[in-house]
Amino acid sequence: MDSSRRRILRLFGISALALTTRPVLNAFAKEEQTTGAEVVIKEGAKSLKARQWAMVIDTRKFESEADLEPLIEACHKIHNVPALQNKNHEIKWLWGTHYHNAFPGKAARFLAEKVEHRPFLVLCNHCENPPCVRACPTKATWKREADGIVFMDFHRCIGCRFCMAACPFGARSFNYRDPRPFIKETNNKFPTRMKGVVEKCNFCAERLAVGQLPACVEVSNGALAFGDLYDPASEVRELIRTHYTIRRKQILGTEPSVYYIV
Amino acid sequence: MLELALKGGKKYYGWMTFLMVFVGIGFLLYLKQLDFGLGITGLSRDTSWGFYIANFTFLVGVAAGGVMVVLPYYLHDYKAFGKVTILGEFLAISSVLMCVTFILVDLGQPTRIFNVFLYPTPNSVLFWDTIVLNGYLILNIIIGWNVLEAERNGVHYQKWLKPLIYLSIPWAISIHTVTAYLYCGLPGRGFWMTAILAPRFLSSAFAAGPALLILCCLIIRRVSNFDPGREQIQSLAKIVAYAICVNVFFFLCEVFVAFYSQIPEHMDHIKYLFVGLHGHTAYVPWMWASFILMIIGIILTVIPTSRKNEGVLAVACVVIFLGTWIDKGLGMIAGGFTPSPLHEVNEYIPSLPEIGIALGVWAMGFFVLTALFKIAVSVKEETRS
Repeated sequence: MDSSRRRILRLFGISALALTTRPVLNAFAKEEQTTGAEVVIKEGAKSLKARQWAMVIDTRKFESEADLEPLIEACHKIHNVPALQNKNHEIKWLWGTHYHNAFPGKAARFLAEKVEHRPFLVLCNHCENPPCVRACPTKATWKREADGIVFMDFHRCIGCRFCMAACPFGARSFNYRDPRPFIKETNNKFPTRMKGVVEKCNFCAERLAVGQLPACVEVSNGALAFGDLYDPASEVRELIRTHYTIRRKQILGTEPSVYYIV
Repeated sequence: MLELALKGGKKYYGWMTFLMVFVGIGFLLYLKQLDFGLGITGLSRDTSWGFYIANFTFLVGVAAGGVMVVLPYYLHDYKAFGKVTILGEFLAISSVLMCVTFILVDLGQPTRIFNVFLYPTPNSVLFWDTIVLNGYLILNIIIGWNVLEAERNGVHYQKWLKPLIYLSIPWAISIHTVTAYLYCGLPGRGFWMTAILAPRFLSSAFAAGPALLILCCLIIRRVSNFDPGREQIQSLAKIVAYAICVNVFFFLCEVFVAFYSQIPEHMDHIKYLFVGLHGHTAYVPWMWASFILMIIGIILTVIPTSRKNEGVLAVACVVIFLGTWIDKGLGMIAGGFTPSPLHEVNEYIPSLPEIGIALGVWAMGFFVLTALFKIAVSVKEETRS
């Protein structure tokens, strides 16, 4: 009696083992096939390339929040950024703020009047040494080697929000609820997000891939310049060479790629 | 041995049912959170971690605090603690369970939790925290269970357990160190950016953990035939006294550095917590209460006559547990996020559902703790008779 029970148990054990090994072996087999094909966005003939994309914002060309509106609108529209009423749930990729918020610790006691009232455009800095990438426990955010864009995989993100704590620029937003009902007009060319994942500016990687400049740059009437930081002939380098520029919280060593002409 | 947890009186079952009610309420609220998203909490774009992560942090401390009975017994051969090491280990098990649950309820996409193992990322502190916490849980289950079973059978525990026991001691330190590293390595968060964050966490852990253990010992003595012992309780009380003193000392070190250097980035968070910033003062009464409670705790545990009075000692332990909980479970996380990186103050107040879920997790932990302590105490009663 006892030995037959033992035999049946053994049989169960072996079959359970057999059942579990198959998917494991399958997983290994699949891994083998996909190596070398991990392209996120296909590179076309027209796609723009750089070692490190960078942006120069000529803040002198913005007088009021209204001047920023078209840029923010363009960005949020094509990226399906929802308009949430509750401030706690707010999602923003690109927004305007005051000098002393964009550059805390850099504001003098008495500031030039123009600078005091001028809106400053802020966004993900696509840092060369990004602390958010260091923090992510699943590689759901990473620095793309090809062009330095700090990327985000909405499907891998577990929503731990470590990256939000790590970002010293408050550039990241979290989907505290399903954002889809709050998207005015869905752009079918860009994914919408689900609740529980983090998102942020992607330097319009999807537009660069097809030879277009980032949306905000395109509608900025020349106030924003975009190009390769490591190409001495690029427009951004030309501007950095000929103007005094500052970056946000440079002291932290994250090497932001967004430069400001004040 | 598990069957021992099922044999209990009316009071035992009443207490367990009471806890289960809270677990149930918490679970229902969690279902709501799963459905709606973390938007049912008070969290925001600026304060992206709150009550869950704060309680997680505090409980990592309680878990690590268990080592304060294991270390003197195994490393210093302090025989008296032999009687209570099992309580420390079981306290660690239930605390780590609460920690892991708090992490789980804090995730935006909990079903993707295994991505942490599918895409192991050694540069992320969270990856290491997962490893050390689960490791500590497994270590304590193996050690606690086997040692207790050996005791029940009247034999010496297995030889192979010894290295694991030794390993569990530095491992306890590691869980709270790694948890502190979650915060103190983040650029631009002045409140956490201090090398003594890990030591500070450990000192509050070694106060809160043993304080809870003393309270448990006093309760066990009252409700069972097993007496953890007066000497044991007094030795634990001395540990609590030292730890709470060191904890307050570390805090004052932080205050000195921030306010003598007068660097706004470091001062503003402490200001926000203790006097308010830009008119936002929700945390001020709590933080002062925490500080005063810890000071009362010091007075009551340091003075020999009050420490030796077990009634007063019980009060001291409650006071210390509450004080350290407010400090870590309330102020530590919200204070680090306020003001925000853009120097804005968006005050974070935990929402009712959020508090309900947190209470559910605590109730779950105490359910497990009670069951485990019931087993341990039953074995002790058995072997004595």
